[in-house]
Amino acid sequence: MSDIEAQTREMLRTVAEAGDMAALEAVRISVLGRKGVLTELMKGLGSMHADERKVMGPVLNGAKDELTAAIAARAQALHAAALDARLALERIDVSLPARPEIRGAIHPVSQVMDEVMAIFGDMGFSVAEGPDIESDFYNFTALNIPPEHPARQMHDTFYFNEKPGGERLLLRTHTSPVQIRTMEKSKPPLRIIAPGRTYRCDSDMTHTPMFHQVEGLVIDESAHMGHLKGCLIEFCKAFFEVETVRMRFRPSHFPFTEPSAEVDIGCRRSGGELRIGEGEDWLEILGCGMVHPVVLRHSGIDPEKYQGFAFGIGIDRLAMLKYGIPDLRDFFEADLRWLQHYGFAALDIPSLAGGLSR
Amino acid sequence: MKFTLSWLREHLETAASVNEIAERLTSIGLEVEAVQDRAAGLNGFIVAKVISAEQHPNADRLRLCMVDTGREQLQVVCGAPNARAGMMGVFAPVGATIPANGMVLKASKIRGVDSNGMLCSASELGLSGDHEGIIELAPDAPPGAPVAEVMGLNDPMIDVSITPNRPDCLGVHGIARDLAAAGAGMLKSGMVTSVPGNGPCTVDIGLHFDDVAAPACPVFAGRLVTGVKNGPSPAWLRQRLEAVGLRSISTLVDITNYISVDRGRPLHVYDADRLRGQIHARLGRVGEKLHALDGNEYEVDPSDCVIADDSGVQGFGGVIGGMPSSCTDATVNVFIESAYFDPRRIAATGRRHGIDSDARYRFERGVDPQFVLPGLDLATRMILALCGGVASDVRVAGAVPALPEAIEFRPERVRALTGMDVADAECVRILDALGFAVEADTRPMGVRAPSWRPDVHGETDLIEEIARINGFDKLPATPLPRMQPVTGVAVNTPQNRVRWTKRLLAGRGMMEAVTWSFLSTRMAELFGGGAPEVTLANPISTELSVMRPSLLPNLLAAAKRNADRGYADISLFEVGPQYAGDAPQDQSTAASGIRCGQTLPRHWTQGERAVDVFDVKADALAVLEHLGVSLDKLRITVDAPNWYHPGRSGVIRLGPKNALANFGEVHPAILDTLDMRGPVMAFEIVLDAIPLPKTRSGPSRGTLRSSDLQAVSRDFAFVLDAAVPATELLRAAASGAPELITGVALFDLYEGERIGAGRKSLAISVTLQPREKTLTDKEIDAVAEAIIAAVKKATGGELRG
Repeated sequence: MSDIEAQTREMLRTVAEAGDMAALEAVRISVLGRKGVLTELMKGLGSMHADERKVMGPVLNGAKDELTAAIAARAQALHAAALDARLALERIDVSLPARPEIRGAIHPVSQVMDEVMAIFGDMGFSVAEGPDIESDFYNFTALNIPPEHPARQMHDTFYFNEKPGGERLLLRTHTSPVQIRTMEKSKPPLRIIAPGRTYRCDSDMTHTPMFHQVEGLVIDESAHMGHLKGCLIEFCKAFFEVETVRMRFRPSHFPFTEPSAEVDIGCRRSGGELRIGEGEDWLEILGCGMVHPVVLRHSGIDPEKYQGFAFGIGIDRLAMLKYGIPDLRDFFEADLRWLQHYGFAALDIPSLAGGLSR
Repeated sequence: MKFTLSWLREHLETAASVNEIAERLTSIGLEVEAVQDRAAGLNGFIVAKVISAEQHPNADRLRLCMVDTGREQLQVVCGAPNARAGMMGVFAPVGATIPANGMVLKASKIRGVDSNGMLCSASELGLSGDHEGIIELAPDAPPGAPVAEVMGLNDPMIDVSITPNRPDCLGVHGIARDLAAAGAGMLKSGMVTSVPGNGPCTVDIGLHFDDVAAPACPVFAGRLVTGVKNGPSPAWLRQRLEAVGLRSISTLVDITNYISVDRGRPLHVYDADRLRGQIHARLGRVGEKLHALDGNEYEVDPSDCVIADDSGVQGFGGVIGGMPSSCTDATVNVFIESAYFDPRRIAATGRRHGIDSDARYRFERGVDPQFVLPGLDLATRMILALCGGVASDVRVAGAVPALPEAIEFRPERVRALTGMDVADAECVRILDALGFAVEADTRPMGVRAPSWRPDVHGETDLIEEIARINGFDKLPATPLPRMQPVTGVAVNTPQNRVRWTKRLLAGRGMMEAVTWSFLSTRMAELFGGGAPEVTLANPISTELSVMRPSLLPNLLAAAKRNADRGYADISLFEVGPQYAGDAPQDQSTAASGIRCGQTLPRHWTQGERAVDVFDVKADALAVLEHLGVSLDKLRITVDAPNWYHPGRSGVIRLGPKNALANFGEVHPAILDTLDMRGPVMAFEIVLDAIPLPKTRSGPSRGTLRSSDLQAVSRDFAFVLDAAVPATELLRAAASGAPELITGVALFDLYEGERIGAGRKSLAISVTLQPREKTLTDKEIDAVAEAIIAAVKKATGGELRG
């Protein structure tokens, strides 16, 4: 018996000394193979006397279990060592730069249009559109700006050449023609916004011949100027993402609204930065008013039954104010450096639930 | 409209400060553009008398002056040519800051001579000065007195932007009336008592119009003042005009300008001795010329309303007077004209001749027709007071137009339209204060607008008056009631397609540009546009004169600008309008883009690759697929417009007629014209050409049909004629076993010696997806045979051996 124990110890030692998988496999075969030392010993159990077998059986089985476990453990250790050795050779310089991707961007005008649509969309407005090349009727006459009206001179209109019939088309000077087109097509109650390109024959530090506006129109039986004020205050709070905003409604004059107002927003300029909603300065951001009865009548709506309001906001101006963009003229230059700096990621889709900006 | 605080106080009794006045003006719709404290910075500047002025010993152009500042006598070196003994000047003592340049004066030596202070010019004080040299004050100015006071500068100037509907506020009196109505003070009476004449007016007046043209000038009044003495105006008048930016010319002219600002009533004065025969208003005649006061000669138009005498046209009525009959310092007999002119005709004449005068500005907005005669009396009184003389009786031709009808006014409409709670009595008070005649006992009330309010026609105009005087700060901010608990969709499918396309292309690494809707004729023509009907009559420049037929030219120009800054790899897109004509339906929304340079920056992992046609084809197809177009319904044709490379471009069509997109390499000749390095790849998608889904199928995706059986793929290579489009082979292969084939991918193209000239080899991988049971080798072989047969039939392609 002690002989077997000594043999087992010797076998365990050879297992432990096996330097690689091939050596270990040779040891396994020499011990547990068909002609292995232990296998041979176990073969002898059958011819033993019952009493002797009772003693030797557990001894041999114990030795077999012990050796089997030792071989498995040694195999695992050898595997691990081999893997470590391989991985040590597979080392790379992970500080090398990652594969490049080119990043696109959304223009601030598009982003702000999406923001404006998200806010007014929530207030029940839907989006309407009209053509850039307009008739005199839609751009002026229907909006209570008859020929020779001094307001026409304030508009710096781009005209096309006169047609044989005497008609003279123009580039819309504001998005207000969409008011008329909408009222002609649909019956109240109406809540629309109309974002789009507008044009004036003007070019200097703060004016470009093309710019963007969003028109708003609400017509029903009871919308009054307090609603206009409430609607615009809520818009400004949501758009500028501030809790409170100082606003000032100043009486003004537009031929197509009456009463008319211009709206200033409180701001503070300090160190080249513009903070919206606070401070002592005022910045004009929009014009608005109650839709003039003449305009309603031009569009086939009875001003004794229906009333409502309209507003026009400069989209480029909103973008400049919110995102601190200094110069309007850069909007239309397509300078890649500018687009990279002021543009928005494709996946930054503004929503009220998720926030307009991050 | 500019005025000073003291001028306002001549019409308004008020204790309010200039800031309070300014705030109130803005709050009632008279927007204050600027308040200028003209005395600011003049602290310490005092009147000084020049006792002596002698030549500087060491400098030809400098003078050595002794000045008396009231307290002491100081030596000052002065460079002004007009410095002379006895004059009263503006003295800046040592320590004073010169407003124009912020320089602090120090006692100094100038060319070796002590100088203790400075005699100032108007420009050094930050005032506009007509004269060279130092300011010369009135001889009675007391030495030592503050200059701001002596010069009338301690009277802040207020500049108000007047909207075109408020001609009544182009006079100080009208502004005072608005302020009084808003509670900022008490309006002083503007009543003008008439000045009796001393005998008949020897200048005859006439209106020579037919019935159609008669409204051009319905009333023309005038009178003669004989024996006047014209010359420089008194200081108060000069200072007042200069304070509001008007140049003092002579007393007679200054009086008309004064009344124009004071009461919004333009007048004209003629030297009566230079008039011939009757002075009258009539339409102009072809061939007539006006030598106007601005020094220009104008060709009279037959629709201009002119003032003429027997010798010819003496002025455009209400716009500008003529040089030959103008008043000069030698004038002794003056004829004063006070008339009413049709605003529209005034505007047309002013525009036609490009004349922007203060008279035109007021007449085209509408002056008070009832003030024709009071204005004349006011002028007469001032002339008699300042120039002496004897006034004749008044002559009037025509009649003052009648007042408009009364307006029906329902005070409850104020509340309904504005949401402001304004009591009936307050409505009446406001209207009354603004000069409206209110019949308050009837319902609706009857309200008659005053003659100075040509802008008031209806009830809404009255509501506006009440709302603005009551104050927009009292508008109750009220949230719009929600129409539904959860608001519906705001954006329709075409509008959403614009948004989706932008985000998709930006996600593909392209930068969104917004470029002008217009471009040069030359560029428009290269892209199939430039028609006369889309050409602007008054472009801002020739580069921006035609509506764009395509988005590409402006994108190419943008790419060129960026390339010139050193950017080689450019991918830009724009989604916006393009114009095939001038009708609304000619405007379409396009999504177009360009790519040039390398696909990616140089990097250690991979070689560079230049962008090619298949990059922009992928862009176009990605957009179309994103917008719901099923790609297997599309056909590619090779007839792209001529701004593309003819051999490297295509049109993506849905059916034979509907072209959805163009893509390809931009024609090298176009790049040459732009002086651009190529190649440049481009695509243009007409979003409006993509059909809308016919019916809304709902958000359901349908059931996923997937098989547990493994798909099998088999590769084939075919040799065929090089001219056969690859799509034909792909389509033929797919038709080999339509029920089994779920994909055909082309993975190799070979053209070369091994297969002979004019031939190409295309290798495809076909994926077979069994549905019911695993395919046997035999079945797979049968499908392969079918594919080979279909390809051979459709393209003539043979399996490559």
